[in-house]
Amino acid sequence: MSPADTAKPAKAASKAASKSAPKKVAKAKSAVPKVKKTEPKAKKAVAKTRKAVAPQFKAGQSLDIDDHQITVGKSFSDNAKMTMRNIDVYYGDKQAIHNVSIDIAKNEVMAMIGPSGCGKSTFLRTLNRMNDTVEGCRVEGDICMDGENLYAPKLDVVELRARVGMVFQKPNPFPKSIYENVAYGPKIHGLADSRVDLDEIVENSLRKASLWEEVKERLHQPGTGLSGGQQQRLCIARAIAVSPEVILMDEPCSALDPIATAKIEELIEELSENFTIAIVTHSMQQAARVSHRTAYFHLGKLIEVNPTEQVFTMPEHQLTEAYITGRFG
Amino acid sequence: MAKMSFENHIMKQFDEELEEIRTRLMEMGGKVEQQLQNAVKAVTDADSKLAEEVISEDQSIDSMEVDIDEACILIIARRQPAASDLRLVMMVTKAVNDLERIGDEAKKIANHAIILAEQSGSAEGYTEVRHMGASVTRMLANALDAFARFDVDAAMRTLEEDKQIDLEYKTALRELVTYMMEDPRSISRVINVLWVIRSLERIGDHAKNLCEQIVFVVKGKDIRHQ
Repeated sequence: MSPADTAKPAKAASKAASKSAPKKVAKAKSAVPKVKKTEPKAKKAVAKTRKAVAPQFKAGQSLDIDDHQITVGKSFSDNAKMTMRNIDVYYGDKQAIHNVSIDIAKNEVMAMIGPSGCGKSTFLRTLNRMNDTVEGCRVEGDICMDGENLYAPKLDVVELRARVGMVFQKPNPFPKSIYENVAYGPKIHGLADSRVDLDEIVENSLRKASLWEEVKERLHQPGTGLSGGQQQRLCIARAIAVSPEVILMDEPCSALDPIATAKIEELIEELSENFTIAIVTHSMQQAARVSHRTAYFHLGKLIEVNPTEQVFTMPEHQLTEAYITGRFG
Repeated sequence: MAKMSFENHIMKQFDEELEEIRTRLMEMGGKVEQQLQNAVKAVTDADSKLAEEVISEDQSIDSMEVDIDEACILIIARRQPAASDLRLVMMVTKAVNDLERIGDEAKKIANHAIILAEQSGSAEGYTEVRHMGASVTRMLANALDAFARFDVDAAMRTLEEDKQIDLEYKTALRELVTYMMEDPRSISRVINVLWVIRSLERIGDHAKNLCEQIVFVVKGKDIRHQ
């Protein structure tokens, strides 16, 4: 700071010369009744040097999560594919998700980010009832897809999971051939009438997952023989083979190298033309690259939902800011 | 959860890098301010030596610009800054550009100071130069102060000063044109004074840009061209 300091006397001099009389009078006036105030003011000026970025946030926001009540930003959409209202999720006695309400719009890529254990994966898994298999897990609130309640007792969970596909963190192809991996879903859901139909579905799915060119010569070799990135794209092909409406992705690239990651990201962009995608990611840059809207979770609460370009340039909540700028201790 | 400190990145090195570009920008600002003061003084005191100094010192400002820009590019490449960090880095790259341009204008003023010192003649227009020089120096100082404290209110106030400077510029222009019509022999000399005044007016515009960038950093709002 020393060079800046040396510049200061000059500034001070020019200031004193220019603003001279009227300001001094004003200062003297205010100084009489408000003697006590001068000290905190001086302190404030010092504190401002580094903290002053904070005032952009609205009053009532707090970095203390216990104070947090409402989600800021644009959580809702006019063109919603999935609507979630007042979702609470418990694992036994422990509440993992607190009163989350959000819409995912049609053909939207919604990214969910947040520190470890913030509940983003748990929340994602409620969307196709993957939490049903977890013992002691209880979901409260309304989750609807196209207005249909996903937690209605009559609902066929197997059919639901065909409509809401999922891609996991680690590629998990079946220990079968590439062809069988993709054909399995359409077969059990009865989506293909003939072998020709099935071949077509397999080819289309692999094409959509941009894997076709790489595997068309070896469709009947085991899926596990592919590289990690290829396996993950195979899993995506498997997910889209049953023509889902929504695809959930739980950190789909965290086990992949940058090139494979780039391919998956490219794919996400293309898939969003036909599908609605919700993606949980630990990479903020990935969220910034692929998503249309970004939801920020923190300790089970949904803090902010906003268009991605806003979240990464001018987040509305200071918790979001703290997280995406890497300021969490 | 306990309150976290808002300033601190997990990566301490990132903190330091941001602080570094801030400090260096302030350093450059101080230098540019000095150059401006000296350039104006060189004109009004007919001090060719001082003017020469200003001209040769301009190089150091240019190299500061390059260095700070490089540091910013490195931060973007290494840290992928987001939100307020990103705005700060973007602001610094722009502010550095404005400061460098102010440095160039100061150099131009110094050039004219030398020519004016060589020409003998009346001191017509010097009052205006002194007056505008003081206004512009003050505005630049205020802008830099506002940046040092990230003070949006001060930036907004300083921004308004540009209007006054534009007005002073127009008034001075009118006066000097009148003078040239009355005394055509003075034209070549007065034109040199006009260039100086023109440069000062441009510096006011650059200082205004600085203020707009401060608002952008703090508020995330782009107030240019409004």
